[in-house]
Amino acid sequence: MNGRATGISRARRFTDHIATAVAVGRTALVLVPLLLVLGYMLGKGATSLNAAFFLHSPLPPGETGGGMAPAIGGSVLLLIVASAMGVPLGLGAGIYLAEHGRGTRTAHAVRFTADVLNGIPSIVIGIVLYLVLVLRQHHFSAFAGSVALAMIMVPIITRTTEEMLLTVPDALRDAALGLGIPPWRTVLAIVLRTAAPGIVTGCMLAFARIAGETAPLLFTAFGNQFGSADPREPVAALPLQIFTYALSPYDDWHRQAWAGALVLLLLIAASVTTMRLFSGRGLRGFGADGPS
Amino acid sequence: MPSLDLTPGSAAAPSPRSPIPFVRSSRWADLAFSAAIRTCAFSLFAIVLLLVAVLFANASLSLHSFGWSFLSRSSWDPVARSFGSLPFLFGTLLSSLLALLIAVPVSLGVAVFVLDICPAPFRTFVAYLTELLAAIPSIVYGLWGLFVLVPLMRRFAGPALVRAFGWTDLFREPNFGMSLLTASFILAIMIVPIIASVSRDLMRAVPGDQREAVLALGATRWEALRLGVLRNARLGILGTVLLGLGRALGETMAVTMVIGNHPEISANLLAPSYTLASVLANEFAEAIGHLYLSSLVEIGLILLLISVLVNGLARALVWAATRRGDGLQRRAS
Amino acid sequence: MVPSVPEPGSTPDTQAPDIQVERLNAWYGSAHTLRDVTLHIPARQATALIGPSGCGKSTFVRCLNRMHETGAGTRVEGSVRLGGLDIYAAAQAADIRRRVGMVFQRPNPFPTMSVYDNVASGLRLNGVRRKRLLDEVVEHSLRQAALWDEVKDSLRTRSGANLSLGQQQRLCIARALAVEPEVLLLDEPASALDPISTSKIEDLIYELKTRYTIVLVTHNMQQAARVAERTGFFLDGALVEFDETKRIFTNPRDRLTEDYITGRFG
Repeated sequence: MNGRATGISRARRFTDHIATAVAVGRTALVLVPLLLVLGYMLGKGATSLNAAFFLHSPLPPGETGGGMAPAIGGSVLLLIVASAMGVPLGLGAGIYLAEHGRGTRTAHAVRFTADVLNGIPSIVIGIVLYLVLVLRQHHFSAFAGSVALAMIMVPIITRTTEEMLLTVPDALRDAALGLGIPPWRTVLAIVLRTAAPGIVTGCMLAFARIAGETAPLLFTAFGNQFGSADPREPVAALPLQIFTYALSPYDDWHRQAWAGALVLLLLIAASVTTMRLFSGRGLRGFGADGPS
Repeated sequence: MPSLDLTPGSAAAPSPRSPIPFVRSSRWADLAFSAAIRTCAFSLFAIVLLLVAVLFANASLSLHSFGWSFLSRSSWDPVARSFGSLPFLFGTLLSSLLALLIAVPVSLGVAVFVLDICPAPFRTFVAYLTELLAAIPSIVYGLWGLFVLVPLMRRFAGPALVRAFGWTDLFREPNFGMSLLTASFILAIMIVPIIASVSRDLMRAVPGDQREAVLALGATRWEALRLGVLRNARLGILGTVLLGLGRALGETMAVTMVIGNHPEISANLLAPSYTLASVLANEFAEAIGHLYLSSLVEIGLILLLISVLVNGLARALVWAATRRGDGLQRRAS
Repeated sequence: MVPSVPEPGSTPDTQAPDIQVERLNAWYGSAHTLRDVTLHIPARQATALIGPSGCGKSTFVRCLNRMHETGAGTRVEGSVRLGGLDIYAAAQAADIRRRVGMVFQRPNPFPTMSVYDNVASGLRLNGVRRKRLLDEVVEHSLRQAALWDEVKDSLRTRSGANLSLGQQQRLCIARALAVEPEVLLLDEPASALDPISTSKIEDLIYELKTRYTIVLVTHNMQQAARVAERTGFFLDGALVEFDETKRIFTNPRDRLTEDYITGRFG
């Protein structure tokens, strides 16, 4: 931009520079602390993580050593059961939004509901499952925790699935329908298949998110010092264990809490990274980018 | 490959084979699929209805006992069976609003920077970083808050604030580090990525010609941004701010770990406080007695209604700002 | 019902049917894009549809295999008889679309599939599993589309999206031929292609019309003149004139047609 040639006044140019400087300054102001937070978490976690963390069970309070093996196992159990419920529901709802219901009022209502559900604090979902399942069965259970996590997953997967399906050009739907392929097969074998990489990473992101959810497990999975693979029993979970250990008075437990946090962070980082790789790639060059 | 008696290139050669054994299309497969998909979609309605219904049903005892006064009573005494949600409402709203106060200017600055000023490779990095930070679990932020932010507040920031602003009622001793202000800080850190990334998308959704039009009139970059982008994205940015508010209001673990968990209404920002979500996290599992439990459920209900309201409004605003006729977009020629 | 109606899946060589369209109206949302179109498309000939863009010719062909109804907010009235079978009254849309194949304006191969899988997709996803049959059909279709020699060495390794645009369009034609349709609808099949690819597609149409009933939408009048026996002129959703191609281009009855082909508008 050439100030002299365009005759922009010095004052206006000055304001422009100031505004630019303020934006750069603010960004630095934000990025630096955020990077520090991230760096601190990573550093603290890295120095705390060891093999025992993954392999051993917790020791009695106050003793040094032990690990979070049962908590990791519990989290895996919770995630598997939750996904078994949440993924199909979310996929189905996402397909509805992008295909059958596209542009309809009902679809708008469903999408709105998904967004609202996504905004409901997870602790509220935990309470409801406590009231509906735990209170009725008279004990905490991994199953109740999984249902809570599934409810958190559904809206996330719904929206990612929709978003990914909408990146599939209509030309491919036309091509398939034009071959006399029935609509349901068109959706599953052509549209869903084309969008599959994006949807899979979207699901991974949802896993990573619910893997760190703590609040809804407080009154459902509850925690368990010992390993359990029975969905009807209470189970330990990584975030619950981090919470308990963080609030304990023992240094070694604090160390393990940081190690647990690092595991969650790595999980998040991995899924966010793959998500970006896929969403950045798109469908360019397939000669099918919609009507001209 | 089976050999066919076809001379290469002779397109007109008829196929010598029997008809292809197609399966006749069945209406039922499509109907069944469509029904299944619909059921999945409607399950979202069912989940939200379930949440509301269960909370209402289980809060009925408290609703009957206290009525609207539940919102204005400030005592929380399980022994005397006297419950009111005012301290929690106060703590929730104040901590979230303070967090917004810190986070909004900062994140809008980031959004503008990423969109307009930042060199391209760095832009990808900032976008990646915000996405990553937005996905970090609450518990991890809580851990950091507990072991880093709380000591910082106790030793440095708190005393400094008291020295500088002690004459107001806002910053007074005693300062334990666990306080409403600490919670606001951590909430601010947590919502910056959300506000920044959504508002960046919004500003990007403003048609480029709006900006070019202003630039073409000889405006500077800042003027172009203010007139061409920010003004057009206003509504959406308000929505984004509400989205951040929604997240802050319901944030549980991180806040519970740093706010001090004490149900008291005080103008002192350095005093411990309590939020709707944290009282649930701390007391729900050990609530004894029907009225106690029911009161906690009512707190959950209040939290649900507030977040539905705030998020609903936020989504509506963001949509209004980005909507570009996503309905009938298939070809019409 | 006329007894000579061929069943789906029968060989197309001798039985490709004619199409009788009567008082066809179509809506797109509230836009009335097709008004009272009546015409007879003869069997085993190429029929060209010309007209300025937005005149309804694309909507018209999309009504011939019930593709129009896949859009949101669309509606069709009137009758389309495929050799006597009312396609809107009788069967499943999918069965009709298998008999009335379609090739679109822009090549749209399935990007996640190989060349082979692209051609076989219409059969596989309609429940045909026999490998020998699939192999046979894929080769036969690719030969018909004059693409076989160019892709035979990388049938299963090359992605459909990995071909040149002209090859992609011939792949789409092969894919459409693989389900053995009787009618082939070509919606401006060469508009996205270079002149050489275009002439290959035209040669192809010329050969295919001996065995298929072909409807060709085009904005290129020379193309219509080169390949089609009959030509229809659309304007504002109505069929203005329909006659032998020669007649349309040399001695049109209607003033509007004359204006259009002499380039006075459009």
